[in-house]
Amino acid sequence: MLCDLCHKNIATIHLTEIVGNKVVELHLCQECSNLKTEEFKDQLSFSDFLTGLVEKREPEEKNFLSCPFCGLTFLEFKKKGRLGCGRCYETFKRKLLPLFKKIHGSVQHVGKSPQQIEPMFLFEKKMRELKDRLSRAVKLEEYEEAAKIRDQIREIEKKRDEK
Amino acid sequence: MFEDFLKNKKKWLNLKGFRSQIVISSRLRLARNIKDYPFPARANIKQKEKILQELKEIYPQVKEFNPAIFVKMDELDLLDRQFLLERHLVSQEHMTDLRGTGLIISLDEKLSLMINEEDHIRLQVLLPGFDLERMWRLINRVDDVLSEKISFAFLPDIGYLTSCITNVGTALRASCMLHLPALILTKRINKIFELLTKLSFTARGLFGEGTQALGNFFQISNQVSLGLSEKELIDNLYGIVVQIEEQEESAREVLLKKHKNNLEDSVWRALGILRTARLITTKEALSHLSLLRLGLDLGIIKRIKTNLINNLFIVIQPAHLQKIEGRILGEKERDYIRAVFLRHKLKGNLAD
Repeated sequence: MLCDLCHKNIATIHLTEIVGNKVVELHLCQECSNLKTEEFKDQLSFSDFLTGLVEKREPEEKNFLSCPFCGLTFLEFKKKGRLGCGRCYETFKRKLLPLFKKIHGSVQHVGKSPQQIEPMFLFEKKMRELKDRLSRAVKLEEYEEAAKIRDQIREIEKKRDEK
Repeated sequence: MFEDFLKNKKKWLNLKGFRSQIVISSRLRLARNIKDYPFPARANIKQKEKILQELKEIYPQVKEFNPAIFVKMDELDLLDRQFLLERHLVSQEHMTDLRGTGLIISLDEKLSLMINEEDHIRLQVLLPGFDLERMWRLINRVDDVLSEKISFAFLPDIGYLTSCITNVGTALRASCMLHLPALILTKRINKIFELLTKLSFTARGLFGEGTQALGNFFQISNQVSLGLSEKELIDNLYGIVVQIEEQEESAREVLLKKHKNNLEDSVWRALGILRTARLITTKEALSHLSLLRLGLDLGIIKRIKTNLINNLFIVIQPAHLQKIEGRILGEKERDYIRAVFLRHKLKGNLAD
């Protein structure tokens, strides 16, 4: 398992934290664990700094959620290990992202895109995703990651405004 | 069908590829799904037929698929399907659920496209040697052309959407087929595989997922497809393969220095068996051919051409043998014909 923070080293320290009223597991390598301890001191100011950018999160979906396009339920996916259609990715996104992280060590596509994807659609999707990640990062107290995402959001907004 | 492929001068194991001694061949595969269709496992036969039809109309417009063959898998007999599998043009999964599945192969066999396998489209480039950059340019170009004509299931943040989440993102699998007899003989292979896993790469046998390593061949491929660009994935594979290549070379040096007599004995015995056996299974033949190939690489045996051995690796497999004979053969009969074939191809005076 890779470290949740740097995604590079093997995680050797396994923490269970309670964020809000939920149990969150955190797997860290030695290096990041040291860093995190230091960060902890600055936590409050950091947190205040970031909350302005975080939108309210929707309540968690129920377990019997099924894909509106192909009808696959998350339970079926768990059994078969295969998704039913492209829409499943949006339907189950919140549950899939942690799996992506485990399998790929990342939740962000950086490869090529089909040529016909419209720029505006791209922009909105990207923003929604980044804000989602930001709010997650804050909850997990991954402040370094959160700051990076915040910068990304600003960068993208700036680019759009310039156009 | 496909008899012409047997004569194919450009077939992938027969060509002297770029740096082809240890890296036998390389493969890039892109998975794509068509927007607004369920993935093949959840699509009905009508939807699958529609996808087949769509691709049948599109492929002639792709320069790289000109000329190519389009076939529906359920129109092929078992022997033809097995033949395609042995040539690495279809996967094992593509052999089982046949209805509504298809295949497009360029006549030079460089490029192939499985339709309605695990994903709607599985595009692959397969070339001898190790020229990954050129292969990426080729497959990327074909993908671009296809994406102008087909809307792919794609999300900007998580990339190309695939049936299995292990492929999501770039949906790229890059792999190299390596011949690693010395790492096996020196028992160093396991350490290398352990290291591979740590680097998110994986080693598989001759025919991919879940298959056994025959003839000391291993496919090394990326496990991660999200969070890195196609170029990075390919560069990482390149770096790793070069290192394994170096390890294999150093293991070969050790064998030559410390165990010369044993090595020479094994190689010559392998040739002896191949030249004299009356019954031989694919598995046994592959393991002897592997040693023979090692002997050729190291100059222990000189008068046999490497290309001949490379070709034998392919043509001694069951479906190829039956294609060459032009009839269906039972297992025992195949072992007999295989032995005859090998004796004929490898005959020569014993002093060489």
